[in-house]
Amino acid sequence: MANNEPNIPVNTPSSPPPSKKSYFQRKKEYWGSTQNRKRAIAGYTFIAPAYLLFVVFLFIPVIWAFYLSFTSYTIFTPGEIVGINNYQRLMNDNAFRNALWNTTYYALMVIPLNISISLCLALLVNRKMRGMNFFRAAYYVPVVTSIIAASMIWMWLYDSNNGLINYVLIQLGFNPQSWLNDPDLALPALALMRVWKGVGWNMVIFLAGLQSIPKTLYEAASIEGAGRWMSFWKITWPLLAPTTFFVFVMATISTFQTFGEIYAMTSGGPVQSTTTLVYLIFVYGFERYEMGYASAIAFVLFFIILTLTLINMFITQKKVNYDL
Amino acid sequence: MTRNSRDVKQAINKLWLFLLMSAIAIIMLWPFIWMTVTSFKPNTEMFAYPPTIIPNEIIFDHYVAAWKAAPWERFFFNTAFVAGVITFSSLFLCAITGYAFARLEFPGRNFLFILLLASMMIPFEVMLIPLYLIIVNFPFTGGNGIWGGGTGLLNTYSALIVPRLLFPFGVFLMRQFFLTLPKSLEDAARIDGCSEFGIFWRVMFPLIKPASATLVVFVFSMMWDDFFWPLIVINDQNLMPVQLGLQSFQTSQYTTDWGPLMAATVWVSLPIIIVFIFAQKYFMNINISSDK
Repeated sequence: MANNEPNIPVNTPSSPPPSKKSYFQRKKEYWGSTQNRKRAIAGYTFIAPAYLLFVVFLFIPVIWAFYLSFTSYTIFTPGEIVGINNYQRLMNDNAFRNALWNTTYYALMVIPLNISISLCLALLVNRKMRGMNFFRAAYYVPVVTSIIAASMIWMWLYDSNNGLINYVLIQLGFNPQSWLNDPDLALPALALMRVWKGVGWNMVIFLAGLQSIPKTLYEAASIEGAGRWMSFWKITWPLLAPTTFFVFVMATISTFQTFGEIYAMTSGGPVQSTTTLVYLIFVYGFERYEMGYASAIAFVLFFIILTLTLINMFITQKKVNYDL
Repeated sequence: MTRNSRDVKQAINKLWLFLLMSAIAIIMLWPFIWMTVTSFKPNTEMFAYPPTIIPNEIIFDHYVAAWKAAPWERFFFNTAFVAGVITFSSLFLCAITGYAFARLEFPGRNFLFILLLASMMIPFEVMLIPLYLIIVNFPFTGGNGIWGGGTGLLNTYSALIVPRLLFPFGVFLMRQFFLTLPKSLEDAARIDGCSEFGIFWRVMFPLIKPASATLVVFVFSMMWDDFFWPLIVINDQNLMPVQLGLQSFQTSQYTTDWGPLMAATVWVSLPIIIVFIFAQKYFMNINISSDK
C-alpha cells in the first residue's frame, strides 16, 4: 500500500509533523480542500456499485448464515432461536461425523498424490524444448473441463460392465470392480478423478515457483560437484517450500469444498460412503429444508477453511528472498 | 569423453524425456479421446469385447439423438447470455473498483479494501442458504411484496446473474495492475481538464489490457463451468445453463445410454477447450496471479 503515497494532493505539506494537529483539525483541513473533496467523492462513487453488491450478496448472507445456525429455521416454519442446540446436535449426529470423516479421508487421498504428481510434472516441463507448450497444455486441459463433463466421462470409464478401467484390470489379471457402486471404492474412485483434474493447476503454480529460483544457484552447485538429485534436495526443495505450502493449503480448501462430482456421480452413496460436508449441507438445506441446521454445518466448514487460510497467511508472510 | 558422444547421450536423454512426456499426455488426454471415440461408435460396437480404439464405423446417430432429447439450443443460449453479461459487467465493476482503491485517495479506503479482500476467505457454501433466501424473498419480484410471499427471483436470469457480478479477487487483481501505472499519466489528464471518470475510462483502463484479458478468461470459464448455484435457483428447463442441462439430461435417461451422453459431453466441453487453446497464456496466468 506504500505505493499510494504519491496520491496525496499537492497542496498538503509533503511530510506534516504528526502530532501537532488534533484529529478534527486534520479532518477539517482534509475536507476543506476542493481537490480532496472531488477525489474522495469520485472514489466513493466508483466503489459504490461494487459495495452495494458486496453488502447485499456477501456481507448480509454471512451474518444471516451465522444467525440461522442458532435457529431451527426451515423453509416452511419461521423457526426460533435455539441457542447452540444445532451445534450440540452436530456432535452426536452420525451423518455429520460420517461426512467429516469422508471429507478428511478424501483429502488424505487426493492431496499427497496431487502435490507429488504436480511437482513431478512441473519439474518435467520446466525446460526449454520444442513442443513444450503442447505438453503443458495437455496436462492442463482437465482443469478447464467442467466438473460435470468430467463426471460424465469418468462414469463411463468406471462403468462396471463395459467401462474401460475394468477392461484394463481384466487384461492385467485383476478382478473387475463395481467402482462407484462399491462403498469401499466409490470415494477412492472419485479421488482418482479429482487428482487427474487437479494436477495441471498445481503444476502451473509449481512451475512459477521453480522459475523464480535463481539459475546461478544451480550453476554454483554444479561447479561444486553436486548432482541433479543433490541439487533438488538442497536447492529446489527448500526454496520451493513456500510454494508447496501454498499449494497444500489451496488443495485442502478445494477438496473440502467438493460437490459437483458427488452430486453427479454418486449422490452421496452408496450407503453414504461419498457424502462429504458440502454434500451434507446440500442434503439438509435443500432436500430436508432444515436450513438452520445446515447453516451450522456450513459454519464448521467455514471454521476449518478459515483456520487453514490464516495459517497460510502467517507462513507466507515470512517469504524470504533468495536473489543473489 | 569426446564431444560427439556427449551429444549422442544428450540426444538420447531428450528422446526418453519426450517419450515420457508423451505417455503422460496420452494418459491425461485419454478420457477425452475415449469420450470422442464412444460418441461416434454404433451401439453394437460400443459394448464389443475387446473395445475398439478406432471405430470400425463412424456414425452421427448419437449426436442427433442427444440433440433431440433436450432443448440444447436453450441451454447454450442461457449459458452464453449469463456468462457474457457477468463477464463484461464484472470486468467493468472490478476495474472501476480496483482503480478507486489503487489511485484515488479517500478516507476509509484501506479499511473498505481489506474488508472486501477478507470476504475472499469465506467459502461460497456458507452463504448458500441465505443467498437462496434472499433470492426467494427479493422484494417486488415474482409475486413478492416487500417481505416476500412469492417465488422472488427463483427461475429467472437475474438469479443467475446479479449475485455473481462481484469477484473480490477480480478487484484485487485490477488494483494490483493499476498500482503499477505511472502517476504522471493521471496528472497530465487532470491538467488537461479530464474528469475523474474520464481519467479512468479513457486513460487508465485501456492500459491494463493484459489484466482485463486474464479476468475475462477467468470469469468466463468459471461461469461456463458453473453448476452448484444454478442447481439451487433454477429448475425450469428453459433457463438451465449447459452444465445443469447436461446433468439433467443424464438423469432423465431411463438407463444410461452412453452414446448420446458422450455426444452431449463432447459439445458441452468442446467450446471451453477451444477457448483454452487460443487463450492458453491467460488461463495459466490466473493461478500465478492468485499466488501473489
